[in-house]
Amino acid sequence: MLQTARPKKKKAPTNAPVHEKYVEAFRWMLLARTFEEKLASMYRGGRITGGVYVGKGQEAISVACGIFLQKGDVFAPLIRDQAGRSAFGEPLVDVARTYLGTRTGPMRGRDGNIHRGKPRDGQLAMISHLGAMISVLVGSLMAKRGQGEKNFVGLTTIGEGGMQTGASHEGLNIAAVEHVPLVVVATNNHYAYSTPNDREFACASLVDRARGYGFEGYELDGTDLAQCLDVIGTAVKRARAGRPPQLVVASVLRLAGHGEHDDFSYVPKEIYGESFAYDCVQRAQEFIKERELVDSATLQAWREDAVRQVDEAFAMAQKEPTPKGEEEDWCAISTRGLLDHPEEQE
Amino acid sequence: MSITYLEAIREAQAKLLRDDKRVFIYGQDVGGTFGGAFKATKGLAKEFPGRVLNTPISEDAMVGTAIGAALEGMRPIVEMQFADFSSIALNQILNNAGTHYWRTNISVPITIRLPSGGTKGSGPFHSQSMESLYAHYPGLIVMTPATVEDAYTMLIDAVAIDDPVVYCEHKYLYYHLKADDLPSEGMPIGRARIARAGRDLTIVSYSAMLQESLIAAEEIAKEGFEIEVIDLRTVKPLDTAAVLASVARTGRLLAVGESFPWGGATAEVIARVTTEGFHLLDAAPARINAKDTPIPYHPNLWSTHRPSSKVIAAKARQLLRE
Ligand SMILES: Cc1ncc(C[n+]2csc(CCOP(=O)(O)OP(=O)(O)O)c2C)c(N)n1
Repeated sequence: MLQTARPKKKKAPTNAPVHEKYVEAFRWMLLARTFEEKLASMYRGGRITGGVYVGKGQEAISVACGIFLQKGDVFAPLIRDQAGRSAFGEPLVDVARTYLGTRTGPMRGRDGNIHRGKPRDGQLAMISHLGAMISVLVGSLMAKRGQGEKNFVGLTTIGEGGMQTGASHEGLNIAAVEHVPLVVVATNNHYAYSTPNDREFACASLVDRARGYGFEGYELDGTDLAQCLDVIGTAVKRARAGRPPQLVVASVLRLAGHGEHDDFSYVPKEIYGESFAYDCVQRAQEFIKERELVDSATLQAWREDAVRQVDEAFAMAQKEPTPKGEEEDWCAISTRGLLDHPEEQE
Repeated sequence: MSITYLEAIREAQAKLLRDDKRVFIYGQDVGGTFGGAFKATKGLAKEFPGRVLNTPISEDAMVGTAIGAALEGMRPIVEMQFADFSSIALNQILNNAGTHYWRTNISVPITIRLPSGGTKGSGPFHSQSMESLYAHYPGLIVMTPATVEDAYTMLIDAVAIDDPVVYCEHKYLYYHLKADDLPSEGMPIGRARIARAGRDLTIVSYSAMLQESLIAAEEIAKEGFEIEVIDLRTVKPLDTAAVLASVARTGRLLAVGESFPWGGATAEVIARVTTEGFHLLDAAPARINAKDTPIPYHPNLWSTHRPSSKVIAAKARQLLRE
């Protein structure tokens, strides 16, 4: 089990008011962590087909991405966004269904794991190709504006690795050109799969790009839930108020492999001593205790509740039917009359 | 009145913008007073303020944006400045638009206009025919109109279809093809058309190659043979039944396309006829495509690279002798 260091700099104790969503956010983080631990153990037990990708260490950032979004907003999450997806309303059972590939899930066994969404509920379904969802979200926001909707935002996430694709560049630029109410939360978890920052980009900080694109930009410590809520919450507010698109760059360490197949032995041990390597869930829990936001019995009850929710989600999904090749509707278009080679589809 | 293929495309877009407020046009240089590199959107920005929008030179993001807008109920038309540049947007077209309905049960009604095919002097990067590539991937409809009438009605159909449509308009036909009038209704999408009836050989073709094939057929008619020329209209779906029915009449098949020779629409036609209608054939089928090199610049090279009526006629004669 991975042990991460405490921050080198002792954080100054603060009496500043606690963010109103702190406790609620923590519970989503706990739920995501619990869910993904279960998922990883199922993966090790050979009970999940394909990959498992977890957001360990990034729950604080992710939850802050989901928790400020409302009905009518659009969220385009990526790999490590379980906490944010849950906070924005994705039922846990749909995650279990997607990992198990059941017919009942939003992807019906046609796509799996993190590649899921319900576009009609404002949850875009990511494709793997990094950066591709930024411009899609821009288009959704343009359409909403064109149709006279008000007071909506879009939020999407990206890794520091994904930020280096041409699609990301095009997407960020066109977002600013179209002046859509968009927040892009980029998480620098210091590795893109096995590649460290120095082989990914050469600028001092990715937030410097905000200016280049015509965004407003912020940096934050992604291990600190308070900062995540504060900065991302503010960015969402500013986007909603019609400011230019917002770029938030968060710093953390990915506290797991790229996927559960990956032992991440390429990450040197020393890096765990860095302040960005601190575990955000642990840190939030300490903060809650320190500030006596709830007592330890309540914390324990929340942990148990998370375990119960996760178990229920998997228990339910496991009972549901999986798809069958011979019953599948092998049709990639909705206009049935225009199916090519219909004689083979019978 | 006389109207060109290009004007038909402009008129179709004007009608779409007029009739359907979900429609907007998104592309490089399409807006302002300019109206597109080929003027296919000339005057539309003025007539429909805020709905004919210039974009940055970002093919990936243009299509991505269109996908997002379509998911929110719009009917975007994306104009690629040249079909060749749609390679930059392949990912959005194939992996995002093309997979979306199957993955999520929600279709993506976007139309992507590709000014396609060769014209003299355009060279390797402004001449490509990419229909075969798009047809290879699931989830897309691929249109290849060969007449002024089809250019008009098929574009209107493309926007009405709930699925992503790649609309390949041929630049060579832009000014060369003229019609007296625009039809109010076209043939159903997915149906091939008998462009010329015959009994001795079937030529299956589409887009600008239809015109070359018709010229070849007229020439050979002087020699006493009647060639049937089929215009596929859409390469996907491919109207296999119409092709088989024609081959049943003629017993001979020649497929002609302008895209590169490896695989593609012509190979697909031949594969379908030989697997589903082998018994109909009196001779081995043949196909003609462009050459397997990038598209050359100099007219002398270009006119040899691209299938011409002469080459088609020569091949037809050979088939008729067999
Ligand atoms: C365009 C593209 N190329 C390659 C990949 C394969 N891939 C998936 S995730 C990943 C690393 C992503 O790193 P980053 O964006 O920093 O996100 P992280 O995994 O660290 O959260 C790679 C290379 C991909 N999904 N998309």
